[in-house]
Amino acid sequence: MSLNGAPPMQPPETHDLSRRDFLVLGTSTVASAAVTSDMPAQEAPAAASTQDAAAPATAKASFQVNGMPCDLELDTRTTLLDALREHLHLTGSKKGCDQGQCGACTVIVNGRRINSCLTLAVMQQGSEVTTIEGLGTPEDMHPLQSAFVKCDGYQCGYCTAGQICSAVAMLDEIKAGIPSHVTEDLTQAPQLTPPELRERMSGNLCRCGAYSNIFDAINEVAGGQA
Amino acid sequence: MKAFTYERAASPAEAAAAATRRPGAKFVAGGTNLLDLMKLEIETPVHLIDVNGLGLDKIEPTAEGGLRIGALVRNTDLAADERVRRDYGVLSRALMAGASGQLRNMATTGGNLLQRTRCPYFYDTNQPCNKRVPGSGCGAIDGFNRQHAILGVSEACIATHPSDMAVALRVLDATVETIRADGERRTIPIADFHRLPGDTPHIETVLRPGELITAVTLPPPVGGTQLYHKVRDRSSYAFALVSVAAIVQSDGSGRVALGGVAHKPWRVEAAEAELPHGAAAVAKKLLEGAKPTQENAFKLKLVERTLAAVLAEAKGARL
Ligand SMILES: Cc1cc2nc3c(=O)[nH]c(=O)nc-3n(C[C@H](O)[C@H](O)[C@H](O)COP(=O)(O)OP(=O)(O)OC[C@H]3O[C@@H](n4cnc5c(N)ncnc54)[C@H](O)[C@@H]3O)c2cc1C
Ligand code: SF4
Repeated sequence: MSLNGAPPMQPPETHDLSRRDFLVLGTSTVASAAVTSDMPAQEAPAAASTQDAAAPATAKASFQVNGMPCDLELDTRTTLLDALREHLHLTGSKKGCDQGQCGACTVIVNGRRINSCLTLAVMQQGSEVTTIEGLGTPEDMHPLQSAFVKCDGYQCGYCTAGQICSAVAMLDEIKAGIPSHVTEDLTQAPQLTPPELRERMSGNLCRCGAYSNIFDAINEVAGGQA
Repeated sequence: MKAFTYERAASPAEAAAAATRRPGAKFVAGGTNLLDLMKLEIETPVHLIDVNGLGLDKIEPTAEGGLRIGALVRNTDLAADERVRRDYGVLSRALMAGASGQLRNMATTGGNLLQRTRCPYFYDTNQPCNKRVPGSGCGAIDGFNRQHAILGVSEACIATHPSDMAVALRVLDATVETIRADGERRTIPIADFHRLPGDTPHIETVLRPGELITAVTLPPPVGGTQLYHKVRDRSSYAFALVSVAAIVQSDGSGRVALGGVAHKPWRVEAAEAELPHGAAAVAKKLLEGAKPTQENAFKLKLVERTLAAVLAEAKGARL
Protein backbone atom coordinates (compact mmCIF):
# COMPACT_ATOMS: atom_id res chain seq x y z
CA MET A 1 0.00 0.00 0.00
CA SER A 2 1.35 3.41 -0.86
CA LEU A 3 1.66 6.14 1.67
CA ASN A 4 2.51 9.39 -0.06
CA GLY A 5 3.72 12.45 1.72
CA ALA A 6 3.89 10.99 5.18
CA PRO A 7 6.73 8.75 6.30
CA PRO A 8 5.72 6.05 8.74
CA MET A 9 5.93 7.55 12.20
CA GLN A 10 7.25 4.35 13.71
CA PRO A 11 9.15 1.59 12.00
CA PRO A 12 7.10 -1.57 11.56
CA GLU A 13 7.97 -4.26 14.06
CA THR A 14 11.01 -6.18 12.86
CA HIS A 15 11.71 -8.90 15.40
CA ASP A 16 10.96 -12.40 14.19
CA LEU A 17 7.99 -13.29 16.29
CA SER A 18 6.26 -10.15 17.47
CA ARG A 19 3.91 -10.13 20.42
CA ARG A 20 1.05 -9.60 18.00
CA ASP A 21 2.02 -12.62 15.88
CA PHE A 22 2.20 -14.61 19.04
CA LEU A 23 -1.30 -13.51 19.98
CA VAL A 24 -2.56 -14.34 16.50
CA LEU A 25 -1.03 -17.81 16.71
CA GLY A 26 -2.60 -18.18 20.11
CA THR A 27 -6.09 -17.31 18.94
CA SER A 28 -5.93 -19.46 15.83
CA THR A 29 -5.07 -22.44 17.99
CA VAL A 30 -8.14 -21.74 20.05
CA ALA A 31 -10.23 -21.29 16.89
CA SER A 32 -9.17 -24.61 15.37
CA ALA A 33 -9.88 -26.34 18.66
CA ALA A 34 -13.40 -24.91 18.48
CA VAL A 35 -13.93 -26.13 14.92
CA THR A 36 -13.03 -29.72 15.76
CA SER A 37 -15.70 -29.84 18.43
CA ASP A 38 -19.04 -30.93 16.99
CA MET A 39 -20.77 -27.59 16.65
CA PRO A 40 -23.39 -27.25 13.93
CA ALA A 41 -21.68 -25.21 11.22
CA GLN A 42 -24.16 -25.59 8.41
CA GLU A 43 -25.58 -22.09 8.49
CA ALA A 44 -22.46 -20.01 8.14
CA PRO A 45 -21.76 -20.88 4.49
CA ALA A 46 -25.44 -20.42 3.66
CA ALA A 47 -25.37 -16.89 4.99
CA ALA A 48 -22.22 -16.09 3.10
CA SER A 49 -23.23 -17.68 -0.18
CA THR A 50 -26.25 -15.48 -0.78
CA GLN A 51 -23.98 -13.35 -2.96
CA ASP A 52 -21.19 -14.35 -5.29
CA ALA A 53 -17.82 -13.70 -3.78
CA ALA A 54 -16.49 -10.46 -5.23
CA ALA A 55 -12.83 -9.87 -5.93
CA PRO A 56 -11.06 -7.56 -3.48
CA ALA A 57 -11.46 -3.94 -4.52
CA THR A 58 -9.28 -0.98 -3.66
CA ALA A 59 -10.11 2.69 -3.38
CA LYS A 60 -8.22 5.89 -2.61
CA ALA A 61 -8.57 7.61 0.72
CA SER A 62 -6.99 10.93 1.60
CA PHE A 63 -7.22 12.37 5.08
CA GLN A 64 -5.04 14.08 7.65
CA VAL A 65 -3.69 12.23 10.63
CA ASN A 66 -2.25 14.34 13.44
CA GLY A 67 -1.86 17.20 10.97
CA MET A 68 -0.07 15.15 8.32
CA PRO A 69 -1.71 14.50 4.96
CA CYS A 70 -2.05 10.80 4.15
CA ASP A 71 -2.94 9.48 0.71
CA LEU A 72 -3.68 5.81 0.82
CA GLU A 73 -4.89 3.25 -1.66
CA LEU A 74 -6.61 0.61 0.40
CA ASP A 75 -8.69 -2.52 0.20
CA THR A 76 -12.19 -1.06 0.69
CA ARG A 77 -12.63 -3.33 3.71
CA THR A 78 -9.92 -1.53 5.69
CA THR A 79 -11.33 0.14 8.78
CA LEU A 80 -9.92 3.47 9.92
CA LEU A 81 -8.38 1.59 12.86
CA ASP A 82 -6.56 -0.86 10.58
CA ALA A 83 -5.43 1.99 8.32
CA LEU A 84 -3.94 3.77 11.34
CA ARG A 85 -2.29 0.71 12.83
CA GLU A 86 -1.32 -1.46 9.89
CA HIS A 87 -0.70 1.13 7.18
CA LEU A 88 0.37 4.26 9.05
CA HIS A 89 1.97 2.29 11.93
CA LEU A 90 0.28 4.44 14.53
CA THR A 91 -0.21 1.61 16.97
CA GLY A 92 -1.31 3.73 19.92
CA SER A 93 -4.96 3.18 19.03
CA LYS A 94 -5.80 -0.36 20.09
CA LYS A 95 -7.98 -3.09 18.65
CA GLY A 96 -9.97 -4.52 21.52
CA CYS A 97 -13.31 -5.99 20.52
CA ASP A 98 -13.42 -4.67 16.92
CA GLN A 99 -17.20 -4.32 17.40
CA GLY A 100 -17.61 -0.85 18.88
CA GLN A 101 -18.15 -2.20 22.36
CA CYS A 102 -14.92 -1.50 24.24
CA GLY A 103 -13.73 1.93 23.11
CA ALA A 104 -10.00 1.01 22.93
CA CYS A 105 -9.96 2.24 19.30
CA THR A 106 -11.39 5.68 20.10
CA VAL A 107 -9.86 8.48 18.02
CA ILE A 108 -10.97 12.05 17.36
CA VAL A 109 -12.25 12.78 13.86
CA ASN A 110 -13.10 16.36 12.96
CA GLY A 111 -13.17 17.19 16.65
CA ARG A 112 -15.46 14.33 17.70
CA ARG A 113 -14.62 11.02 19.33
CA ILE A 114 -15.58 7.92 17.36
CA ASN A 115 -14.84 4.18 17.36
CA SER A 116 -12.30 3.84 14.57
CA CYS A 117 -13.11 0.12 14.22
CA LEU A 118 -16.62 0.87 12.94
CA THR A 119 -15.82 3.24 10.11
CA LEU A 120 -14.09 2.49 6.84
CA ALA A 121 -10.93 4.39 5.96
CA VAL A 122 -12.45 5.22 2.55
CA MET A 123 -15.37 6.89 4.34
CA GLN A 124 -12.97 9.37 5.96
CA GLN A 125 -12.08 11.25 2.79
CA GLY A 126 -11.03 14.78 3.79
CA SER A 127 -11.28 14.10 7.53
CA GLU A 128 -8.90 15.33 10.19
CA VAL A 129 -7.99 12.46 12.47
CA THR A 130 -6.27 12.88 15.83
CA THR A 131 -4.85 9.82 17.57
CA ILE A 132 -3.12 9.50 20.93
CA GLU A 133 0.20 10.13 19.12
CA GLY A 134 -1.16 13.50 18.00
CA LEU A 135 -2.38 14.62 21.41
CA GLY A 136 1.07 14.75 22.95
CA THR A 137 4.54 13.25 23.01
CA PRO A 138 6.49 11.75 25.91
CA GLU A 139 8.38 15.07 26.15
CA ASP A 140 5.31 17.24 25.78
CA MET A 141 2.31 15.44 27.11
CA HIS A 142 -1.29 16.52 26.84
CA PRO A 143 -2.67 17.48 30.28
CA LEU A 144 -4.84 14.36 30.26
CA GLN A 145 -1.86 12.15 29.48
CA SER A 146 0.03 13.69 32.43
CA ALA A 147 -3.00 13.27 34.66
CA PHE A 148 -3.31 9.58 33.75
CA VAL A 149 0.35 9.10 34.72
CA LYS A 150 -0.06 11.04 37.94
CA CYS A 151 -3.31 9.32 38.99
CA ASP A 152 -2.25 5.88 37.76
CA GLY A 153 -5.24 5.69 35.44
CA TYR A 154 -4.48 2.18 34.18
CA GLN A 155 -3.01 -1.17 34.96
CA CYS A 156 -2.23 -3.01 31.71
CA GLY A 157 -2.60 0.15 29.63
CA TYR A 158 -4.47 -1.42 26.72
CA CYS A 159 -7.52 0.83 27.03
CA THR A 160 -5.56 3.97 27.91
CA ALA A 161 -5.17 5.59 24.49
CA GLY A 162 -8.90 5.17 23.88
CA GLN A 163 -9.75 6.46 27.35
CA ILE A 164 -7.64 9.59 26.86
CA CYS A 165 -8.89 10.39 23.33
CA SER A 166 -12.42 9.80 24.54
CA ALA A 167 -11.99 12.00 27.60
CA VAL A 168 -10.46 14.88 25.62
CA ALA A 169 -13.44 14.99 23.25
CA MET A 170 -15.91 14.27 26.06
CA LEU A 171 -14.85 17.41 27.95
CA ASP A 172 -15.41 19.38 24.74
CA GLU A 173 -18.89 17.86 24.46
CA ILE A 174 -19.77 19.16 27.93
CA LYS A 175 -18.37 22.58 26.97
CA ALA A 176 -20.52 22.53 23.83
CA GLY A 177 -23.59 21.91 26.00
CA ILE A 178 -24.36 18.42 24.69
CA PRO A 179 -26.62 16.69 27.24
CA SER A 180 -26.23 13.13 28.48
CA HIS A 181 -28.43 10.36 29.86
CA VAL A 182 -27.97 11.73 33.40
CA THR A 183 -28.52 15.43 32.59
CA GLU A 184 -31.57 16.31 34.65
CA ASP A 185 -32.75 19.48 32.98
CA LEU A 186 -32.46 19.32 29.20
CA THR A 187 -32.91 23.07 28.86
CA GLN A 188 -29.85 23.86 31.02
CA ALA A 189 -26.16 23.48 30.21
CA PRO A 190 -24.81 20.17 31.55
CA GLN A 191 -22.59 20.35 34.66
CA LEU A 192 -19.24 18.72 35.44
CA THR A 193 -20.58 16.33 38.07
CA PRO A 194 -19.23 12.83 38.85
CA PRO A 195 -22.34 11.12 37.42
CA GLU A 196 -21.97 13.17 34.20
CA LEU A 197 -18.30 12.24 33.77
CA ARG A 198 -18.95 8.56 34.51
CA GLU A 199 -21.97 8.27 32.20
CA ARG A 200 -20.15 10.00 29.38
CA MET A 201 -17.17 7.64 29.67
CA SER A 202 -19.30 4.47 29.64
CA GLY A 203 -18.21 3.72 26.07
CA ASN A 204 -14.66 3.01 27.29
CA LEU A 205 -14.23 -0.24 29.15
CA CYS A 206 -11.24 -1.07 31.36
CA ARG A 207 -10.76 -4.75 32.02
CA CYS A 208 -8.37 -4.06 34.87
CA GLY A 209 -11.05 -1.98 36.54
CA ALA A 210 -8.93 1.14 36.97
CA TYR A 211 -12.07 3.24 36.73
CA SER A 212 -11.67 5.20 39.94
CA ASN A 213 -8.17 6.35 38.95
CA ILE A 214 -9.32 7.08 35.41
CA PHE A 215 -12.09 9.18 36.90
CA ASP A 216 -9.62 11.04 39.12
CA ALA A 217 -7.38 11.84 36.14
CA ILE A 218 -10.25 13.18 34.06
CA ASN A 219 -11.71 15.06 37.00
CA GLU A 220 -8.38 16.73 37.70
CA VAL A 221 -8.13 18.06 34.15
CA ALA A 222 -11.81 19.01 34.12
CA GLY A 223 -11.05 21.39 36.96
CA GLY A 224 -11.92 19.12 39.84
CA GLN A 225 -15.41 20.53 40.29
CA ALA A 226 -16.83 17.04 40.14
CA MET B 1 -15.46 -9.53 5.63
CA LYS B 2 -16.51 -10.13 2.01
CA ALA B 3 -14.99 -7.84 -0.58
CA PHE B 4 -17.10 -5.01 -1.95
CA THR B 5 -16.80 -2.02 -4.22
CA TYR B 6 -17.43 1.45 -2.86
CA GLU B 7 -18.86 4.69 -4.16
CA ARG B 8 -19.84 8.07 -2.78
CA ALA B 9 -23.28 9.02 -3.99
CA ALA B 10 -23.75 12.47 -5.52
CA SER B 11 -27.42 13.01 -4.65
CA PRO B 12 -30.23 11.16 -2.84
CA ALA B 13 -31.88 10.19 -6.15
CA GLU B 14 -28.57 8.93 -7.55
CA ALA B 15 -27.94 6.94 -4.38
CA ALA B 16 -31.32 5.24 -4.76
CA ALA B 17 -30.66 4.64 -8.46
CA ALA B 18 -27.23 3.15 -7.76
CA ALA B 19 -28.69 0.83 -5.12
CA THR B 20 -31.37 -0.36 -7.50
CA ARG B 21 -28.89 -0.92 -10.35
CA ARG B 22 -26.62 -3.16 -8.28
CA PRO B 23 -28.33 -6.14 -6.66
CA GLY B 24 -26.62 -6.78 -3.34
CA ALA B 25 -25.71 -3.09 -2.87
CA LYS B 26 -26.28 -1.35 0.44
CA PHE B 27 -26.18 2.20 1.76
CA VAL B 28 -23.70 3.00 4.49
CA ALA B 29 -24.29 5.93 6.85
CA GLY B 30 -22.56 5.84 10.26
CA GLY B 31 -21.52 2.25 9.60
CA THR B 32 -21.88 1.32 13.27
CA ASN B 33 -24.32 -1.52 12.67
CA LEU B 34 -23.56 -2.44 9.08
CA LEU B 35 -19.78 -2.81 9.50
CA ASP B 36 -20.21 -4.86 12.65
CA LEU B 37 -22.48 -7.26 10.74
CA MET B 38 -20.21 -7.27 7.68
CA LYS B 39 -17.24 -8.37 9.77
CA LEU B 40 -19.28 -11.36 10.88
CA GLU B 41 -20.48 -11.92 7.29
CA ILE B 42 -24.07 -11.66 8.45
CA GLU B 43 -24.38 -8.79 5.99
CA THR B 44 -22.52 -9.40 2.72
CA PRO B 45 -23.08 -6.42 0.43
CA VAL B 46 -21.16 -6.52 -2.87
CA HIS B 47 -21.27 -2.73 -3.21
CA LEU B 48 -21.47 0.07 -0.65
CA ILE B 49 -23.04 3.43 -1.42
CA ASP B 50 -21.83 6.05 1.04
CA VAL B 51 -24.71 8.44 1.71
CA ASN B 52 -22.72 10.81 3.92
CA GLY B 53 -22.21 14.16 2.24
CA LEU B 54 -25.58 14.34 0.47
CA GLY B 55 -26.69 17.34 2.49
CA LEU B 56 -29.15 15.21 4.47
CA ASP B 57 -27.64 16.34 7.77
CA LYS B 58 -29.87 19.30 8.63
CA ILE B 59 -32.70 19.81 11.11
CA GLU B 60 -35.22 22.27 9.70
CA PRO B 61 -38.60 23.63 10.84
CA THR B 62 -41.57 22.46 8.77
CA ALA B 63 -44.38 24.71 7.52
CA GLU B 64 -46.72 22.92 9.97
CA GLY B 65 -44.59 23.91 12.96
CA GLY B 66 -42.75 20.60 13.37
CA LEU B 67 -39.20 19.56 12.59
CA ARG B 68 -37.72 17.78 9.60
CA ILE B 69 -34.67 15.77 10.60
CA GLY B 70 -32.33 14.78 7.78
CA ALA B 71 -31.58 11.04 7.62
CA LEU B 72 -27.87 11.70 8.14
CA VAL B 73 -28.24 13.82 11.27
CA ARG B 74 -26.06 12.16 13.90
CA ASN B 75 -27.71 10.88 17.08
CA THR B 76 -25.58 13.30 19.17
CA ASP B 77 -26.64 16.31 17.11
CA LEU B 78 -30.30 15.35 17.21
CA ALA B 79 -30.27 14.82 20.98
CA ALA B 80 -28.43 18.11 21.52
CA ASP B 81 -30.56 20.25 19.21
CA GLU B 82 -32.12 23.04 21.26
CA ARG B 83 -35.55 22.63 19.66
CA VAL B 84 -35.53 18.90 20.30
CA ARG B 85 -34.47 19.36 23.92
CA ARG B 86 -37.18 21.96 24.48
CA ASP B 87 -40.12 20.53 22.50
CA TYR B 88 -39.39 16.82 22.01
CA GLY B 89 -37.58 15.91 25.23
CA VAL B 90 -38.57 12.24 24.96
CA LEU B 91 -36.54 11.99 21.75
CA SER B 92 -33.47 13.61 23.27
CA ARG B 93 -33.77 11.32 26.32
CA ALA B 94 -34.19 8.15 24.25
CA LEU B 95 -31.17 8.95 22.09
CA MET B 96 -28.98 9.66 25.11
CA ALA B 97 -30.07 6.36 26.68
CA GLY B 98 -28.66 4.47 23.69
CA ALA B 99 -25.14 3.27 22.86
CA SER B 100 -22.11 5.42 23.88
CA GLY B 101 -20.83 8.93 23.21
CA GLN B 102 -18.54 7.65 20.46
CA LEU B 103 -21.27 5.63 18.76
CA ARG B 104 -23.83 8.43 18.92
CA ASN B 105 -21.33 10.71 17.18
CA MET B 106 -21.39 8.30 14.21
CA ALA B 107 -24.90 6.82 14.28
CA THR B 108 -27.45 8.50 12.03
CA THR B 109 -31.22 8.96 12.20
CA GLY B 110 -31.85 6.69 9.20
CA GLY B 111 -29.33 4.05 10.25
CA ASN B 112 -30.69 3.95 13.79
CA LEU B 113 -34.18 3.09 12.48
CA LEU B 114 -32.71 0.30 10.35
CA GLN B 115 -30.34 -1.23 12.90
CA ARG B 116 -30.86 -4.96 13.19
CA THR B 117 -31.74 -7.09 16.18
CA ARG B 118 -29.26 -7.98 18.92
CA CYS B 119 -30.60 -11.53 19.21
CA PRO B 120 -27.45 -13.57 20.01
CA TYR B 121 -28.56 -16.37 17.68
CA PHE B 122 -28.82 -13.88 14.83
CA TYR B 123 -25.23 -12.86 15.59
CA ASP B 124 -23.90 -16.44 15.79
CA THR B 125 -23.53 -17.87 12.30
CA ASN B 126 -23.28 -21.39 13.76
CA GLN B 127 -26.87 -21.17 14.95
CA PRO B 128 -30.14 -21.46 13.06
CA CYS B 129 -31.90 -18.13 12.56
CA ASN B 130 -34.83 -17.40 10.26
CA LYS B 131 -33.90 -13.74 10.15
CA ARG B 132 -30.35 -14.40 8.99
CA VAL B 133 -31.01 -17.49 6.86
CA PRO B 134 -34.73 -17.72 6.03
CA GLY B 135 -36.07 -21.21 6.66
CA SER B 136 -33.18 -22.32 8.90
CA GLY B 137 -35.25 -22.23 12.09
CA CYS B 138 -35.10 -20.11 15.22
CA GLY B 139 -32.45 -20.85 17.81
CA ALA B 140 -33.96 -18.49 20.35
CA ILE B 141 -37.47 -19.92 20.74
CA ASP B 142 -36.20 -22.96 22.62
CA GLY B 143 -32.92 -21.36 23.61
CA PHE B 144 -31.79 -18.56 25.91
CA ASN B 145 -34.41 -15.90 25.32
CA ARG B 146 -34.43 -13.69 28.36
CA GLN B 147 -33.91 -10.57 26.19
CA HIS B 148 -36.49 -11.47 23.57
CA ALA B 149 -39.94 -10.22 22.60
CA ILE B 150 -43.17 -10.86 24.46
CA LEU B 151 -45.53 -9.11 22.03
CA GLY B 152 -46.24 -9.58 18.33
CA VAL B 153 -44.03 -12.67 18.19
CA SER B 154 -44.38 -15.48 15.64
CA GLU B 155 -43.42 -19.13 15.36
CA ALA B 156 -40.57 -17.99 13.13
CA CYS B 157 -38.96 -15.24 15.25
CA ILE B 158 -39.15 -13.67 18.71
CA ALA B 159 -36.50 -10.97 18.21
CA THR B 160 -36.82 -7.40 19.46
CA HIS B 161 -35.99 -4.17 17.67
CA PRO B 162 -33.13 -2.66 19.65
CA SER B 163 -33.57 1.05 18.88
CA ASP B 164 -34.35 3.49 21.69
CA MET B 165 -34.85 6.39 19.29
CA ALA B 166 -37.60 4.55 17.39
CA VAL B 167 -39.66 4.18 20.58
CA ALA B 168 -39.61 7.95 21.09
CA LEU B 169 -40.45 8.55 17.42
CA ARG B 170 -43.45 6.25 17.80
CA VAL B 171 -44.83 8.18 20.75
CA LEU B 172 -44.23 11.43 18.84
CA ASP B 173 -46.10 10.14 15.72
CA ALA B 174 -43.12 10.80 13.44
CA THR B 175 -43.15 10.05 9.72
CA VAL B 176 -40.36 8.66 7.56
CA GLU B 177 -39.65 10.27 4.19
CA THR B 178 -38.03 8.27 1.40
CA ILE B 179 -36.93 8.50 -2.20
CA ARG B 180 -36.76 5.69 -4.77
CA ALA B 181 -34.67 5.15 -7.88
CA ASP B 182 -37.36 6.63 -10.15
CA GLY B 183 -37.29 9.78 -8.01
CA GLU B 184 -40.64 8.94 -6.41
CA ARG B 185 -40.94 10.14 -2.81
CA ARG B 186 -43.24 8.80 -0.14
CA THR B 187 -44.04 9.39 3.51
CA ILE B 188 -44.49 6.45 5.88
CA PRO B 189 -46.02 6.83 9.37
CA ILE B 190 -43.60 5.39 11.94
CA ALA B 191 -46.38 3.06 13.13
CA ASP B 192 -46.31 1.32 9.74
CA PHE B 193 -42.56 1.49 9.14
CA HIS B 194 -41.35 -1.60 11.02
CA ARG B 195 -43.05 -4.95 10.44
CA LEU B 196 -43.88 -7.75 12.84
CA PRO B 197 -41.86 -10.91 12.11
CA GLY B 198 -44.70 -13.14 10.89
CA ASP B 199 -43.20 -15.85 8.67
CA THR B 200 -40.76 -13.42 7.01
CA PRO B 201 -38.64 -12.10 9.90
CA HIS B 202 -35.86 -11.18 7.47
CA ILE B 203 -38.09 -8.42 6.05
CA GLU B 204 -38.04 -5.85 8.83
CA THR B 205 -39.53 -2.69 7.34
CA VAL B 206 -41.82 -1.66 4.50
CA LEU B 207 -38.90 -0.13 2.55
CA ARG B 208 -38.47 -1.50 -0.98
CA PRO B 209 -35.06 -2.48 -2.33
CA GLY B 210 -33.00 0.62 -3.06
CA GLU B 211 -35.35 2.97 -1.22
CA LEU B 212 -33.41 5.67 0.65
CA ILE B 213 -34.61 7.36 3.83
CA THR B 214 -34.15 11.10 3.34
CA ALA B 215 -35.70 12.46 6.53
CA VAL B 216 -37.81 11.85 9.61
CA THR B 217 -40.48 14.46 10.30
CA LEU B 218 -41.91 15.39 13.68
CA PRO B 219 -45.39 16.94 13.92
CA PRO B 220 -45.78 20.22 15.86
CA PRO B 221 -44.86 19.87 19.56
CA VAL B 222 -47.54 18.47 21.87
CA GLY B 223 -46.03 19.71 25.15
CA GLY B 224 -46.53 17.67 28.32
CA THR B 225 -43.92 16.01 30.49
CA GLN B 226 -41.74 13.88 28.22
CA LEU B 227 -39.86 10.96 29.72
CA TYR B 228 -37.89 7.91 28.63
CA HIS B 229 -37.12 5.17 31.15
CA LYS B 230 -34.83 2.37 30.08
CA VAL B 231 -34.35 -0.71 32.24
CA ARG B 232 -31.21 -2.71 31.45
CA ASP B 233 -28.69 -5.04 33.02
CA ARG B 234 -26.27 -2.21 33.82
CA SER B 235 -26.94 1.48 34.27
CA SER B 236 -25.29 2.62 31.03
CA TYR B 237 -24.25 1.28 27.64
CA ALA B 238 -26.58 -1.72 27.36
CA PHE B 239 -29.67 -2.52 25.32
CA ALA B 240 -33.10 -2.28 26.90
CA LEU B 241 -34.83 -5.15 28.64
CA VAL B 242 -37.86 -2.88 28.74
CA SER B 243 -38.17 0.82 27.99
CA VAL B 244 -41.05 3.26 28.22
CA ALA B 245 -41.39 6.48 26.24
CA ALA B 246 -44.11 8.70 27.62
CA ILE B 247 -45.71 12.09 27.10
CA VAL B 248 -48.01 12.95 29.99
CA GLN B 249 -50.19 16.07 29.96
CA SER B 250 -51.16 18.13 33.01
CA ASP B 251 -54.63 16.56 33.08
CA GLY B 252 -53.08 13.07 33.30
CA SER B 253 -53.85 12.11 29.70
CA GLY B 254 -51.01 11.17 27.40
CA ARG B 255 -49.21 8.67 25.22
CA VAL B 256 -46.90 5.73 25.93
CA ALA B 257 -44.83 3.35 23.82
CA LEU B 258 -42.66 0.40 24.83
CA GLY B 259 -39.23 -0.71 23.69
CA GLY B 260 -37.48 -4.04 24.26
CA VAL B 261 -40.69 -6.05 24.03
CA ALA B 262 -41.39 -6.52 20.31
CA HIS B 263 -40.05 -6.50 16.74
CA LYS B 264 -41.06 -2.82 16.60
CA PRO B 265 -41.81 -0.02 19.05
CA TRP B 266 -45.03 -1.10 20.80
CA ARG B 267 -47.86 1.38 21.16
CA VAL B 268 -51.53 0.61 21.73
CA GLU B 269 -53.56 3.79 21.47
CA ALA B 270 -56.52 2.19 23.33
CA ALA B 271 -54.28 1.62 26.35
CA GLU B 272 -53.64 5.35 26.63
CA ALA B 273 -57.27 5.99 27.61
CA GLU B 274 -56.41 4.09 30.81
CA LEU B 275 -53.64 6.52 31.83
CA PRO B 276 -55.76 8.31 34.45
CA HIS B 277 -56.41 4.88 36.04
CA GLY B 278 -52.75 4.15 36.65
CA ALA B 279 -49.98 1.87 35.46
CA ALA B 280 -51.67 -1.47 36.08
CA ALA B 281 -54.64 -0.56 33.92
CA VAL B 282 -52.44 0.75 31.10
CA ALA B 283 -50.12 -2.26 31.27
CA LYS B 284 -53.06 -4.65 31.12
CA LYS B 285 -54.21 -3.17 27.80
CA LEU B 286 -50.70 -2.76 26.39
CA LEU B 287 -49.82 -6.36 27.15
CA GLU B 288 -52.99 -7.92 25.76
CA GLY B 289 -52.08 -11.00 23.72
CA ALA B 290 -48.54 -11.16 25.15
CA LYS B 291 -46.75 -14.49 24.60
CA PRO B 292 -43.75 -14.53 26.90
CA THR B 293 -41.36 -17.46 27.22
CA GLN B 294 -40.44 -18.94 30.57
CA GLU B 295 -37.25 -16.88 30.63
CA ASN B 296 -38.69 -13.51 29.71
CA ALA B 297 -42.05 -13.58 31.50
CA PHE B 298 -40.49 -11.16 33.99
CA LYS B 299 -40.91 -8.47 31.33
CA LEU B 300 -44.68 -8.43 31.94
CA LYS B 301 -44.19 -7.24 35.49
CA LEU B 302 -41.26 -5.05 34.48
CA VAL B 303 -43.44 -3.19 31.96
CA GLU B 304 -46.02 -2.42 34.63
CA ARG B 305 -43.41 -1.31 37.15
CA THR B 306 -41.52 0.84 34.66
CA LEU B 307 -44.79 2.45 33.63
CA ALA B 308 -45.57 3.11 37.29
CA ALA B 309 -42.18 4.76 37.76
CA VAL B 310 -42.71 6.92 34.68
CA LEU B 311 -46.19 8.00 35.74
CA ALA B 312 -44.97 8.80 39.25
CA GLU B 313 -42.17 10.92 37.83
CA ALA B 314 -44.58 12.70 35.50
CA LYS B 315 -46.86 13.43 38.41
CA GLY B 316 -43.94 14.76 40.43
CA ALA B 317 -42.97 17.04 37.56
CA ARG B 318 -46.48 18.51 37.47
CA LEU B 319 -46.62 19.33 41.18
C1 LIG C 1 -21.80 -1.49 21.21
C2 LIG C 1 -23.08 -0.91 20.69
C3 LIG C 1 -24.09 -0.55 21.57
C4 LIG C 1 -25.27 0.00 21.09
N1 LIG C 1 -26.25 0.33 21.98
C5 LIG C 1 -27.42 0.83 21.51
C6 LIG C 1 -28.48 1.14 22.39
O1 LIG C 1 -28.38 0.99 23.60
N2 LIG C 1 -29.63 1.64 21.87
C7 LIG C 1 -29.78 1.83 20.53
O2 LIG C 1 -30.84 2.29 20.12
N3 LIG C 1 -28.80 1.53 19.67
C8 LIG C 1 -27.64 1.03 20.14
N4 LIG C 1 -26.65 0.71 19.25
C9 LIG C 1 -26.94 0.71 17.83
C10 LIG C 1 -26.69 2.04 17.15
O3 LIG C 1 -27.64 2.97 17.59
C11 LIG C 1 -26.83 1.78 15.65
O4 LIG C 1 -25.74 0.98 15.25
C12 LIG C 1 -26.85 3.05 14.83
O5 LIG C 1 -27.93 3.86 15.20
C13 LIG C 1 -26.95 2.72 13.35
O6 LIG C 1 -26.81 3.90 12.60
P1 LIG C 1 -25.68 4.05 11.47
O7 LIG C 1 -25.87 5.37 10.84
O8 LIG C 1 -24.35 3.76 12.01
O9 LIG C 1 -26.16 2.89 10.49
P2 LIG C 1 -25.34 2.02 9.44
O10 LIG C 1 -24.61 0.96 10.16
O11 LIG C 1 -24.59 2.88 8.51
O12 LIG C 1 -26.57 1.37 8.65
C14 LIG C 1 -27.50 0.51 9.26
C15 LIG C 1 -28.47 0.02 8.17
O13 LIG C 1 -29.26 1.09 7.69
C16 LIG C 1 -29.11 1.25 6.29
N5 LIG C 1 -29.18 2.69 6.05
C17 LIG C 1 -28.44 3.65 6.68
N6 LIG C 1 -28.86 4.88 6.29
C18 LIG C 1 -29.89 4.70 5.43
C19 LIG C 1 -30.76 5.58 4.70
N7 LIG C 1 -30.64 6.91 4.79
N8 LIG C 1 -31.72 5.03 3.92
C20 LIG C 1 -31.86 3.70 3.82
N9 LIG C 1 -31.05 2.82 4.45
C21 LIG C 1 -30.10 3.31 5.27
C22 LIG C 1 -27.80 0.59 5.94
O14 LIG C 1 -27.80 0.12 4.61
C23 LIG C 1 -27.75 -0.54 6.95
O15 LIG C 1 -28.50 -1.62 6.49
C24 LIG C 1 -25.45 0.18 19.71
C25 LIG C 1 -24.43 -0.15 18.82
C26 LIG C 1 -23.26 -0.69 19.29
C27 LIG C 1 -22.17 -1.06 18.31
S1 SF4 D 1 -35.51 -14.80 17.44
FE1 SF4 D 1 -35.44 -14.14 15.30
S2 SF4 D 1 -33.40 -13.29 15.13
FE2 SF4 D 1 -33.36 -14.62 16.96
S3 SF4 D 1 -32.77 -16.68 16.25
FE3 SF4 D 1 -34.97 -16.59 16.18
S4 SF4 D 1 -35.35 -15.99 14.04
FE4 SF4 D 1 -33.24 -15.42 14.46
